Amino acid sequence: MSALLFEGSDWSFETIQRIHDRVEEVALGEMKLEVYPNQIEVITAEQMLDAYAGSGMPIYYGHWSFGKRFVQHEGHYRKGHTDLAYELVINSSPCISYIMEGNSALMQTLVIAHAAFGHNHFFRNNQLFRDWTDAAGILDYLQFARAYIAQCEETYGERNVERLLDAAHALMSHGVHRSPRRRRIDFKTEQARAEQRRAHDELVYNELWETLPGGAPKTVIRTPQERLSELLELPQENILYFLEKTAPRLAPWQRELLRIVRLLGQYFQPQRQTKVMNEGTATYVHYKIMNRLHEAGNITDGAFLEFLTSHTNVVFQPPFDDRRFSSINPYALGFAMMQDLERICVSPTDEDRAWFPDLAGCNDPVNGLKDIWANYRDESFIAQYLSPRVMRDWRMFHLVDDPAEPTLRVEAIHDERGYRRIRRALAREYDIGHADPQIEVVAVDLAGDRRLMLQHSVRDGRLLASREASEVLGYLADLWGYPVLLREVDEHGNGLREHTAEPRVRDHQGFQSTTP
Amino acid sequence: MYVIDRRLNPSGKSLPNRQRFLRRAGKVLREAVRNVSAARPIRDIGEGGVVIIPARGIDEPSFHTGREGTHSRVLPGNKEFLEGDRIARPPGGGSGKGKGSKSGEGGGGEDEFKVALSAEEFLNLFMEDLELPDLERRKLSLTESSGLRRAGFTRGGSPANLAVSRTMRNALSRRMALHRPKPEELERLRKALAEAEAAGDEAQAQSVRALIETHGLRTRAIPYIDPIDIRYRRFEPSPRPIAQAVMFCIMDVSGSMTEHMKDMAKRFFMLLYVFLQRRYKQVEVVFIRHTDEAREVDEKTFFESRETGGTRVSSALEEAMRVIGERYPVSEWNIYIAQASDGDNESGDNERATALMRDGLLPLSQYYAYLEVDEPHSDTPMSSLWKTYDTLSPGPSMRRVTMRQEIYPVFRELFRRRNEALEASS
Repeated sequence: MSALLFEGSDWSFETIQRIHDRVEEVALGEMKLEVYPNQIEVITAEQMLDAYAGSGMPIYYGHWSFGKRFVQHEGHYRKGHTDLAYELVINSSPCISYIMEGNSALMQTLVIAHAAFGHNHFFRNNQLFRDWTDAAGILDYLQFARAYIAQCEETYGERNVERLLDAAHALMSHGVHRSPRRRRIDFKTEQARAEQRRAHDELVYNELWETLPGGAPKTVIRTPQERLSELLELPQENILYFLEKTAPRLAPWQRELLRIVRLLGQYFQPQRQTKVMNEGTATYVHYKIMNRLHEAGNITDGAFLEFLTSHTNVVFQPPFDDRRFSSINPYALGFAMMQDLERICVSPTDEDRAWFPDLAGCNDPVNGLKDIWANYRDESFIAQYLSPRVMRDWRMFHLVDDPAEPTLRVEAIHDERGYRRIRRALAREYDIGHADPQIEVVAVDLAGDRRLMLQHSVRDGRLLASREASEVLGYLADLWGYPVLLREVDEHGNGLREHTAEPRVRDHQGFQSTTP
Repeated sequence: MYVIDRRLNPSGKSLPNRQRFLRRAGKVLREAVRNVSAARPIRDIGEGGVVIIPARGIDEPSFHTGREGTHSRVLPGNKEFLEGDRIARPPGGGSGKGKGSKSGEGGGGEDEFKVALSAEEFLNLFMEDLELPDLERRKLSLTESSGLRRAGFTRGGSPANLAVSRTMRNALSRRMALHRPKPEELERLRKALAEAEAAGDEAQAQSVRALIETHGLRTRAIPYIDPIDIRYRRFEPSPRPIAQAVMFCIMDVSGSMTEHMKDMAKRFFMLLYVFLQRRYKQVEVVFIRHTDEAREVDEKTFFESRETGGTRVSSALEEAMRVIGERYPVSEWNIYIAQASDGDNESGDNERATALMRDGLLPLSQYYAYLEVDEPHSDTPMSSLWKTYDTLSPGPSMRRVTMRQEIYPVFRELFRRRNEALEASS
């Protein structure tokens, strides 16, 4: 098939259909990607601003903070400070991609390749997304959440709902189980497992074992404190979950609201952990597809040049001393790494053979990459696959700012001694377990004043920003209904700083009856 | 794959959240609006615009680490550094390269927040909690005249009021209910007849002919439009509030009035003007300036040119009476009067002024505000005019202002919502 998909920059809905079909041919037929069914929606700039405000989702419950975001984006956009994205894609099934009406036909091709196939494949296959998000159910859940919250506003007053959501949003970053926990097993499975165990016992039953002398039965002596901790599942890093399940003064609707915020926070969690991979994958996929289309004569040379221009803009990484530098561009890093992995598969050097014995020279880049896309997140991806070549090309160096010293220190550069250290340091930057402060609920003083005790395990002397910490703690106390204490503790268990908060309203109905 | 065109979906999805945000930011926003409006030329007060509010009231706190502690970062673009090199901290906070800088507290960028407000929103915030006084008192007698209002349909009326679409709707439903044959149906039968005749099928042709016959009968018996279908638009007389107001600005321009005093008076007049404009479709302004004699002038002359002479307040009041009598009948206009003066008056004139106020202006006007302006920090006792007006009951609303920034509070106080005023006084 070598017919041109379009000429010039105008497009119609038939053009979009044609582009999609051809891109699909390349993506599914040649690259063997696996995607959710696609749904492409054409929107205006104003609708894009709306989507920005609602965390990119087509529906969202009402809250003033979304209005604030809208005002912010709108202001920037109207003044010309920022451009809007060309597309926006939602991790749902069917996978919804928004494309802007103002895009040229070539840009529509690019965003379809990028979003509807690149991101889509990643959403569908990456382990994190598979474990933590329910792509088929998210839109229904959002619908439910919006209706439920609107109904709560009607029943319990807009102000009361707003206060609760404020508090929940403040704790949203601590509403996720970071370390995987034992999954609760439902009764059916439990029964089946019990039967399996019995069958196994019967199978291996041997009278002889009964004759062995048995020791004294082991008894576990537990203090009441330990029993309580077990009962409350302490220590607990998921603060929202803890409050939802155990806060004594919340009404059922308030628990449900906490749950909604927590689940939505959890839905967005994988996206935070896979920025580099997600964008790298999508960029790599669109690059492949666009090149293929050009080779096959589906797009003109002029259009291909237009593509190269915007592709180059997307993967542009200014050096650290450039005025434009703010941080590492996830598109650039992801794309560079994907490209380099492809090179390692196809034409490896000796260095690559030493560093990546499994991949080097395997000659099957697409399958190798697909495996990586499915099983890694940013942190592990960088820790494992950032190659010396990329570090050299980027001229990376590791800088440490220790307040105890008068100057900054260059810890490692892109040389033989530094590769592994740079790689480890960069991987750690993308580890959200490291970037986010580690705060846990450690105890509840049930014998005394029901004070809730939390602990921040401080690493590298990085204490919490005080003013905001006490504000969040205030919200936490409101939800808990009793005083709250947060201790910041260093690696050796020495207390560094303490924050306390009292609930702001304390009447017999607790949080619910607060008057504005 | 589906392509869906969402462009025609209703816009303004974010508006409710935007409103929530404005309400949330209400207090800081109101303050910001007042500050901005104080700095603006008064004429532009009714325009929207960008106001800057501190991010404090509307921030969304979260747990995150601050600037303290060791930060490490991998950066691209090394040109000269070797391992172990020491680099001086870049100026401006030291941890500019640290991770905390982006979300750090107190960092320059996030402290302010810009909100673009439409003219409507701006004025709403500006004029919040204010209300026109004494609308109740005269509602029945003065603020209403009668007009016609649409009120459904009627069976009889003048041809000019024929409600065509309603009539046609009735006709259509009647035709459907009575099974009036449609023209297409007749057409189809005619064709069938022609075919039957062409085929020589006489029996068929006969039956079709009979059908056509009955159809024709029905068509003639059931008219396309029947007199019972016809409807007329009905109008009903209804009271309609007067949608126009006239505002009298009366100012003393004698030598004792300084520029400062006039500026304060001007601010007050402009506030009143904007305020009235929001309540009435049409607001006219009459400027009357006086020394020992009064003249109606245009705005420019009113504020800018200066005259010398004594001060006779009654001359201005007479002039106002004359203008009202000539051009603004009370049955059609809501009359608001604002008078600004330094309080001097010829000693012999007070009695006459009192009489004019009591018997003329006060009963005619919706509201009479007297603003006494003075130099800052002056502690002159109550002026003669103040004392004179004070004896009237009910008298004008009176306030004394010496500083420019008092204008706004005074204005708010005068127009505060009734129940709020009660609360404040109780």
